[in-house]
Amino acid sequence: MQAQTTRKFGVADPIFEVRNASITFDMDRGESRVMDSVDIDIERGEILGVVGESGSGKSMFASALLDAVVDPGVLTGDITFYPESGEEINLLNKSEREIKQIRWEQIAMVFQGAMSSFNPTMTIGAHFRETLDVHGFDVEEGMEHAEDLLAQLYLEADQIFDSYPHELSGGMQQRSLLALSLVLEPEVLVMDEPTAALDLLMQRSIIELIREIGRERDLTIVFITHDLPLVANLADRLGVLYAFEFVEVGPAYEVLTDSKHPYTRALLNSTPNLDTPREEMKPIEGKSPDPVNVPAGCSYHPRCPLADETCIQMDPEFSTGNGDDDHQAKCHYIDRTRAEIPLNLTEVTHDE
Amino acid sequence: MSSEGEHVVSMTDVEVHFETDSGIFSRDSDVVQAVDGVTLDVEAEDVVALVGESGCGKTTLGKTAIGVQRPTSGSVTYKGQDIWEARDIGGNADIPFDEIRRALQIIHQDPGASLNPNKTVMHTLNVPLRMTNPGMDAFDRRERVHEMLSRVGMEPPEDYANRFPHQLSGGEKQRVALIRALLMNPDLILADEAVSALDVSLRIDMMDLMLELQDQFDTSYLFVSHNLSNASYITGKADGRIGVMYLGELVEVGPIDEVLENPQHPYTKVLMWAAPNLDPDADAQTRSPLRKIDIPDPRNPPTGCRFHTRCPEAREVCKQRPPVTEMDDEGDHRVMCYRALDEHEYWDSPEIEDEADDMPR
Repeated sequence: MQAQTTRKFGVADPIFEVRNASITFDMDRGESRVMDSVDIDIERGEILGVVGESGSGKSMFASALLDAVVDPGVLTGDITFYPESGEEINLLNKSEREIKQIRWEQIAMVFQGAMSSFNPTMTIGAHFRETLDVHGFDVEEGMEHAEDLLAQLYLEADQIFDSYPHELSGGMQQRSLLALSLVLEPEVLVMDEPTAALDLLMQRSIIELIREIGRERDLTIVFITHDLPLVANLADRLGVLYAFEFVEVGPAYEVLTDSKHPYTRALLNSTPNLDTPREEMKPIEGKSPDPVNVPAGCSYHPRCPLADETCIQMDPEFSTGNGDDDHQAKCHYIDRTRAEIPLNLTEVTHDE
Repeated sequence: MSSEGEHVVSMTDVEVHFETDSGIFSRDSDVVQAVDGVTLDVEAEDVVALVGESGCGKTTLGKTAIGVQRPTSGSVTYKGQDIWEARDIGGNADIPFDEIRRALQIIHQDPGASLNPNKTVMHTLNVPLRMTNPGMDAFDRRERVHEMLSRVGMEPPEDYANRFPHQLSGGEKQRVALIRALLMNPDLILADEAVSALDVSLRIDMMDLMLELQDQFDTSYLFVSHNLSNASYITGKADGRIGVMYLGELVEVGPIDEVLENPQHPYTKVLMWAAPNLDPDADAQTRSPLRKIDIPDPRNPPTGCRFHTRCPEAREVCKQRPPVTEMDDEGDHRVMCYRALDEHEYWDSPEIEDEADDMPR
């Protein structure tokens, strides 16, 4: 097991410790590395926002935390789960049966598109009963808990239990799924684009509910999305994925106002936002890399305005620049990004 | 009413009703008023955005504007010619229906579904060229397609022209759909959630491209989106207008900056709350201002002002009578809310007391 001194990003009480985790697929064109030696700790009770564009490997990160990588993908490395009570669990050493028990009971998940998570021939109530029953919970007690959860999500339990999934609106389905994922009182909730199919107003409403529920139940939430502004005000910490690895991790406020990685800054500047002057928004040049053919050196170098020979030759390590341990980025020129890639939104003024 | 400039499309008191069967054994059917009493004009080289939640009728209104959805009542005209009259009387119309359909195009949210998976980009883009330029030979058509692909940054065009849709990224498919629409030389393109499926960082690029090509092709856009940030970006850059829809009604419409700086309708303010803000220092109100999260059943919309069941500012009078559309002095900022009036019994009306089963606070 890892010694305390190797903890990442100033995390004090990790619930997850991910070390050197990689996922590879063998493809005709070569080996496709969709997660590349990821090291990260997740703090107990935090909301970690994981931001990445299509093809950055963000869904793979979600699958890894649940040891649910689909065949023929191969997950290697160490992923250790530290439950509130009891022994630490090395997720990659467990049998399929043991993993199934940990999933839902301790680590629950909510994915995009609630419709595909529900059985269309069963009422929502039957889903709750079955979930409770299969996991050996007291069904009556569990159903009462479910009613509380639904009420907290502004749903009327009686009406919801009797409904079939297709009878509910997208927002109601997604909130029912959220309640279902919490009914076994898990410690961790992993959400992969949970609101992406919904309109913005419903997304925003659900985000606020997730925040409240997480706080109340001491949940650890990993919220994975391509939509940076959506998690900007929700997450305690943000991890930015680029080309199948984290390139920046830090407290949300700092990542948004004082981002250290050129990609994070470009992403922020390219994001439509009501308060940003329209003339200043600009797209990121170039394309995201192909998993079979990730650029050598720093994977962002072909799109980076700061890139030089060093970046082409050498893959940068995480460093803090001249800041604290909890905010790090993988960039050779971490101390120059702030001056050379100004953010559209006002920078925090640091007292020198 | 503005009299300047020619209206490309003009909708007056448009209503669109759909009938839905309420059950297998039930004889009666419910009527959904998808669009209810909307008046809106789109001028030449205009950009108008329609925003609102799922099911507010924005897409139905958009489809009505381009003549693919027939209104239950009210009129839709293209350059003064009633679209559905043109269709019904056939060749005797001043502007034939075929000509109208060519002039009014659409790009969809899911470009993957709107492109034929078995046809190359070249084949797909040849179709509109053949229709609009019957005299053009195959060589010139190929040149034209290559030129357009280069124009939207799909280089090298010879390579992209021979690809099938599955060999394109989401952004590239959407560009092909945009070119296909533009090659019809349209006067108006309905862009229905055209950038919503793209990665956040690609949206600005796509919207910039739409605006650049607008200059070249002299077209107008009706941009439908649930995302106020996107809608405000494209209309803001084009000095356009935004219309806010709620349960079939256009509750506020006006020039984009005017609406954002001085939103009159409480629902517009709610949509602004929902637009995520990247600035963590912004004075963010985290609690939803809505009294209820879910939109009411459109088959049975609330009486009075339709928004009164969720409105943070609702008072008793809002339950009883629907407000009418109020206009500002210039007539370009319209709003359907009592609060737009300085003097109205609304201001003396008691606030609505929610029943116990409403959102606990």
